[in-house]
Amino acid sequence: MTNPAAPGSAIARSRRESVLRVTLPVLTLAGGALIWELIVRLNAIPAYVLPAPSLVAATLVSDWTILWSSLLVTLATTFQGLALAFAGGVGLALLFNRSRLVEYSLYPYAVILQVTPVVAIAPLLLVYLPQHAAVLACAWIVAFFPVLANTTLGLNSVDRNLVDLFRLYGATRGQILFALKLPAALPYVLGGLRIAGGLALIGAVVAEIAAGSAGAGSGLAYRIAEAGYRLNIPRMFAALLLLSVTGIVIFVLLSALARVLLRRWHESELEPGG
Amino acid sequence: MQPANPAVALRGIGKVFESGVVALDALDLTAGSREFVSVLGPSGCGKSTALRIMAGLTPPTAGNVIWAEGAAPTRRIGFVFQEPTLMPWASVAANVRLPLKLAGMSATDAAPAVGAALARVGLADMAGAYPRELSGGMKMRASIARALVTRPQVLLMDEPFAALDEITRFRLNNDLLSVWQAMAGTVVFVTHSVFESVFLSSRIVVMTPRPGRVYDEIAIEEPYPRDDAFRTSAAYAGYCRRVSGILHAAMAAERVP
Repeated sequence: MTNPAAPGSAIARSRRESVLRVTLPVLTLAGGALIWELIVRLNAIPAYVLPAPSLVAATLVSDWTILWSSLLVTLATTFQGLALAFAGGVGLALLFNRSRLVEYSLYPYAVILQVTPVVAIAPLLLVYLPQHAAVLACAWIVAFFPVLANTTLGLNSVDRNLVDLFRLYGATRGQILFALKLPAALPYVLGGLRIAGGLALIGAVVAEIAAGSAGAGSGLAYRIAEAGYRLNIPRMFAALLLLSVTGIVIFVLLSALARVLLRRWHESELEPGG
Repeated sequence: MQPANPAVALRGIGKVFESGVVALDALDLTAGSREFVSVLGPSGCGKSTALRIMAGLTPPTAGNVIWAEGAAPTRRIGFVFQEPTLMPWASVAANVRLPLKLAGMSATDAAPAVGAALARVGLADMAGAYPRELSGGMKMRASIARALVTRPQVLLMDEPFAALDEITRFRLNNDLLSVWQAMAGTVVFVTHSVFESVFLSSRIVVMTPRPGRVYDEIAIEEPYPRDDAFRTSAAYAGYCRRVSGILHAAMAAERVP
């Protein structure tokens, strides 16, 4: 209001800001890789101790067939684990919301499952379950709790007056659930899912590593363990790189999902200045 | 001063909360057909609780709610909360449609009623907007449109304009009177504002502090439609003085140690 030119320059500033937010991390990465490359070359460090980034990239290309098929296995496990975590977390939260007795009976065990390190559970699961089921169970165990906790919070945060309004107009329990509680909890569910996506990957990787030490498996983390035994360090790095990229892609996808679903109405996804 | 043709009545209503607090004690309150009744009282006197009991949202611990023509109807009352209480994920039209949707009506069938209710409160061109895109006054208009969409015979309003600025409140007060005259029904309006109650009401019921009972009531015998000229009239000032006097007496009378 004080300066008529302000809106235009503010847009220009925010555009410059968003360009910086992309270019700066990319430059940091390039600079880091360059320094790494120089250190390896100048000191003639052997590849089995520390491979240069260029060698890691070359390995990524040359080993692509085996890495890609392993990545697909890990991705399948991660998304199955995430889907089960979503279904289990939301389902259990709805059950808790419906019955306090169920909540009191089960909630402590959900917490125990969450706080017990999955690394310690994985070998046991591998003893009792077929390998794929055990890996999936690990991904589920670490991923379902954030969904459960966030959905519970969301269902309990429903505007009391809106609940009264629904009752006033004679809403059925189903109408209250689908037209009120679930939409109100949606931002919380999506927040939980965003955390769960990364955790499902971690759970899958932990279980694959555990399975790998038993000499069986086919996922990307198993490739890391296997390459480690063979001192194939460049492939370890290449597989690690793929895992990181996978984690980033999952996070970006789930964030985009939240943005699409919440853009019109929720504070967390409003356009800046909008 | 009982209305000849009651639309809804509270008879000997008492309410004791689980905490042991006595909110209401033997409250008798009648709202006549086509009457605009304000319930005026200090904060915490139980006037909101009385309104919730009337709406069936809170069960009373004693007494009865008596509706004209028998049992309490769900679709013949509209309720407006102190906050706009809109669903943030739904458009203004979808919010206003809610009572009809809950009654099982399709969006197509509900469209004419939704359009009419929005036009009634001056929001016809905001149907597709989301609540966060509206000002405080517009949100409250949407909330009133939602209460009107079922064509209620009784509109219950719980301090609906308390959070609005004075300019917006004056405009909404003016518009509420034309809404009331168009709906040809009853409004029960809970407020703690003497000025608002005098401007709007055909009758004001003044409550005592907790436990709330009716202390006194006064008819505002000024013709409708009332407009901004009424706000500056000597008659308005006189009524405000009298109602303030009753309110002060009510607060002093029940100061039980």
